[in-house]
Amino acid sequence: MTVPTSGDAIAAANREALRRILASEPVLVDVRLAKDAIPQLPDRTILHAGPPIGWDRMCGPMRGAVAGAIVFEGWAPDLEAASRLAASGEIRFEPNHHYDAVGPMTGMTTRNMAVLVVENRAFGNRAFCTVNEGIGNVMRFGGNDREVIDRLKWMAAVAGPALGAAIRNRDGVPLKPLIARGLAMGDEMHMRNAACSSLILRELAGDLADTATRDLGRILRFVAGNDMFFLNVAMAMAKATVAPAHGIAHSTVVTTMARNGTDFGIRVSGTGDRWFTGPAQPAKGLLFAGFTEADANPDIGDSCITETVGLGGFAMAASPAVVGFIGAGTLADAIGYTRSMREITLGTNTDWALPTLDMMGVPTAIDIRKVLATGLLPVINTAIANRLPGRGQIGAGVVHPPLACFEQALVAFADMNGAN
Amino acid sequence: METDKLLQMEVRVVNIGLREFARDLERCNVPVVHLDWSPPAVINPRISELLAKLGG
Repeated sequence: MTVPTSGDAIAAANREALRRILASEPVLVDVRLAKDAIPQLPDRTILHAGPPIGWDRMCGPMRGAVAGAIVFEGWAPDLEAASRLAASGEIRFEPNHHYDAVGPMTGMTTRNMAVLVVENRAFGNRAFCTVNEGIGNVMRFGGNDREVIDRLKWMAAVAGPALGAAIRNRDGVPLKPLIARGLAMGDEMHMRNAACSSLILRELAGDLADTATRDLGRILRFVAGNDMFFLNVAMAMAKATVAPAHGIAHSTVVTTMARNGTDFGIRVSGTGDRWFTGPAQPAKGLLFAGFTEADANPDIGDSCITETVGLGGFAMAASPAVVGFIGAGTLADAIGYTRSMREITLGTNTDWALPTLDMMGVPTAIDIRKVLATGLLPVINTAIANRLPGRGQIGAGVVHPPLACFEQALVAFADMNGAN
Repeated sequence: METDKLLQMEVRVVNIGLREFARDLERCNVPVVHLDWSPPAVINPRISELLAKLGG
């Protein structure tokens, strides 16, 4: 007969998970092509955001992005042929998370795209995220025309290598202190990255000037013109930070939250690589002029990896500016969101202090048991994508995972730990 | 007690639910008794049973 895992064993495992998250030392170390950074990434494979999904269930933006990624890689000559190829079963689709990667919105990652490389120097693991393309007509929102493809090729051939050389020239950019400063300057690192985007450009500008061999002005304008440049850095940072906390027996800590535009999926440290999914929810927030809720795609993207390490919606108290942008109410409401997330987490990260909460650290390490016991679902700040491919962002808001993810996870955890 | 006189007296608080509200009052030196309670968020009895076994 299996002896049920004791509450003490769970508490010890969770303390270890929290310790690893807090001890992490993420450093941006490189920008490389995905095929070099992630050599195990196969050819004719597309990594996407969220839990596993096939072409038949993909939402509009995801399908648009997939078609664009196929043309980008040269696997098909045009978008029509690309869609046929995607539907034929000859392209392999896998979650970014299966390769220690993450990607915003549709989250396309293929072998010839440039990816940011973040190394967790406390544990030696690495995580990856594509470079943010900017705003407007971009692949992360399903954009796939010539403008999108050409920009991605320039990023892979010019901007990516230049950023990589600049980062290597100064032995990397430590991200924990940079984010601490960003929080004090009003970023929450999911829907507001204005401060950290500026800070990292300031860090890299001199090295870029020393090492860039062409297009220096364009590269500087590319980064400086995009307040969300740092989002992808923060995502790779978050993935590198939480990864060592994954796979700890008896731990009930959430190590992955991700959406593919159809399903929301979570993974839990003590239940290994199994996904627990439910329907992706509509975000509640503000839509840009001229759009209605009928235009909005359900929740999509790996970007809520930031919330798993206490940023984004969990750090909303840091960011008065984001509260208005996402329609989340007042600053007092934002502080309330952050406080409520303390109810479902195991601790706080005092390296990332919140000025509006008397320098309380951000709430860190979501415990599925606390979510279920309180009924408080994780708060996620998010962009809202047009449900049509390539039409871009139509708003921003707050969204939650479905409760079903946590219920499934608890049942599976109980099965594994002799409690059923 | 007439409610309009309530806050003219010494305020003694029992906080039920979110602990942070009690902590806020404590920071302001307001005496507060916190009752660790939450509404029955879990409607699924199976989940309630597992939570009772697994703690948290």
